[in-house]
Amino acid sequence: MARKRTRLRSFLTVELPLIAIILFAIGPYVWMFITSVKPESELFTSQVIYWTAHPTLASYERLFQHTGFLGNLVDSLIVASFTVMVGLSLSVTAAYAFSRFRFPGRRLLMMQFLLINMFPIVLLIIPLFIIMRWFGLLDTYPGLIIAHSTFSIPFATWMMTSYMNAIPVSLDEAAMTDGCSRLGALWRVILPLCRPGVAATGIYIFITSWNEYLYAMTLTVQNVRTITVAIQTLIGEFEIAWGLLTAGGVIGALPATVLFMLVQRHLIGGLTRGAVKG
Amino acid sequence: MPTLENAPATAPTSRGRRRKFRILPYVLVSPAVLATMFIIFLPMLQAGFMSLHKYILYRPKDTPFIFLDNYIRAFGDEVFWISLKQTLIWIGLTVPLQALLGLVTALLLNQEFPWRAVARGLIIVPWALPSVVIGLMWSWIYHPSYGVLNDLLLRVGLLGSAMPWLANPDTALYSIIVALMWQGFPFFAVMFLAGLQAIPKSYYEAAQIDGASTWQQFRHITLPGLSGVMVTAFLLRIIWVANSIDVIYVMTGGGPGYNTHTLPLYSFIRVRSAMDFGYGSALAVIFTLMLLAAVVIYLRRVGKDIR
Repeated sequence: MARKRTRLRSFLTVELPLIAIILFAIGPYVWMFITSVKPESELFTSQVIYWTAHPTLASYERLFQHTGFLGNLVDSLIVASFTVMVGLSLSVTAAYAFSRFRFPGRRLLMMQFLLINMFPIVLLIIPLFIIMRWFGLLDTYPGLIIAHSTFSIPFATWMMTSYMNAIPVSLDEAAMTDGCSRLGALWRVILPLCRPGVAATGIYIFITSWNEYLYAMTLTVQNVRTITVAIQTLIGEFEIAWGLLTAGGVIGALPATVLFMLVQRHLIGGLTRGAVKG
Repeated sequence: MPTLENAPATAPTSRGRRRKFRILPYVLVSPAVLATMFIIFLPMLQAGFMSLHKYILYRPKDTPFIFLDNYIRAFGDEVFWISLKQTLIWIGLTVPLQALLGLVTALLLNQEFPWRAVARGLIIVPWALPSVVIGLMWSWIYHPSYGVLNDLLLRVGLLGSAMPWLANPDTALYSIIVALMWQGFPFFAVMFLAGLQAIPKSYYEAAQIDGASTWQQFRHITLPGLSGVMVTAFLLRIIWVANSIDVIYVMTGGGPGYNTHTLPLYSFIRVRSAMDFGYGSALAVIFTLMLLAAVVIYLRRVGKDIR
C-alpha cells in the first residue's frame, strides 16, 4: 500500500513534470517531422491538421531529386571531417605539453586558448572574408575548413588537456623507462588511453562544423554549399515550400543528433573537469 | 655508496636533459599556437585595422584612414543604442530562463525512476540541432496563418485572433528568446546534473537526521554544491548567447524594423547588406570589448569564492 503510494507520488512529482519538459524538448522536432510527411494539400489549411492519414515521402523525393541535397550532404561531410582532422592533429601535442610540462608562459598560453573561444564570431568573420578574398580561398573547401578551425583548434586543445590531466603521469614515466621517447610515450601510451576523450572531442567538433551556418553562408557561394546553407536557400529557390524545408531540416539534423547522443557523457566529463581544474 | 659514486657521472647528463626539456614543451605547443596566430589573431588585427578606415567593399580604391570616426559614428547611431539595449534584454532573459529550466530538469533527472536513461537522451535533442533548422522550425511554429502555436492558442481560447508573432514589433524579440531558451536549456540540465551527482549522498542523510526540510536541503546543500558548475555554465552560456546571431538572422533577419537587432547582428548586417566593412568592424570591436569587460567583472564578482 505504502509502496504503491510512493510510486504514485514519484510519478506525479517527477515523471509527469519530466514528460512535460521532454514534450517541450522534442515537440518542435517531432512537429517538423510530421509536417515533412504530410501531403502538400494538408499543410496550408485554416485549421492545423495534427496527424495525417496519408503520410507521404513526396517532399523527401523532391528534395533529393530537384535540389542537389545529396551534394550538399557530401560537402558538409567533407568540411566537417577535415575540420576534425585539422583540429585534433594540431592540438594533440599542445594538449600534451600543457598537461605534462610546467614551463614559463604555460598559464598565459592556456588562457589564450580559453579566451579565443570567447571572441565573437562577427569579429572574425569580417576580416576572414577579406583575407580569404586576397588568397582566393572564398568558396573553396580549404577556406571553410580554415574558418571552422578557428573554433576547433582552441576547443580541441582545451578538451584534450583536460582528458590527459586525468591520466597519471607515472604511465609516461613507465613508458620512458622502457625506452620510449617523450613523443613515443604520447603516441603509444597516452593517446590510446584517452581514445574515448579524443573521440568525443572529434565528434563534437564534427557536429559543430556540420551545424555551422554563418561562416558557411559568408565564405561560400556555389562550389561549396553545406546543408545548413542549402536548407536556408530552399526558401529562395522555391518560395517557402514548408514541406521541402522541413524534410531538409529532418535529414540535416539527423547525423548530428545521433552522434551527439552517443558522446554526450564523455563530453560533459571533459567540460566540467577542465572547468574545475582551470 | 652507489649514489655517491654515480652522482658526478649523472649530474651533467641530467642537466643536459633538462635543457632539452625546456625547449620541448614550446616545440609541442607551436603547431596549435602558430595556427591560431594565423587564423585568429592576425584576422583580429585586420579587423582592428579596418575599423580605423573607411572601408566599403565595392569601393576598394577609396579606403582613407579616418582614425576613430567609425567609433564616434557608432555612439551617435540610434540603431547602435537600440541594438545595445536589445542585446542586454536578450542575454538578461535568455540565460536565466535557460538556467532555471535546466535546473528543474536536472533536479528531476537526478531522481530514481525506470526510464531515466531514455529521458536523458531525449532532453538533449535541442542542443544538437543546427541553428538554421531551429530557426526554420520555430518560424513554422510561429507562422501567422498556418502555425501550430496560433492554432493551439485559438482552440484553447487564449487568443482571440491569430498573432503574427515574428512580425509584431512587441513580440518578435521575445518569441526568439523562447526559441533560444528551448535550444539552450539542455546544456544547463546536463551540466547541473553532472554537478548534482558530485554532491555526496551523506550530506543529505546528515541533514535529514538533523531535521532539515527539503527546501533547506536544497538551499544549503544543493545550491552551494552546484556553485562551481554554475559559474562555469553561466560564463560559457553568457558568451555563447551574446554571440549567437544565427537563429535571429534566420527567423527575422533583425526585423521588423530594428526590433530584433543585437549588437553582433547589427555589425553582421552592416557588413553583409551594406558591405560597410569599416563600420561593421568597429561595431564588432566595440561589442567584443564590452563582452570582455562583462566577463572580467563577472569573474571578479562570482569567480572569487571558487578560486
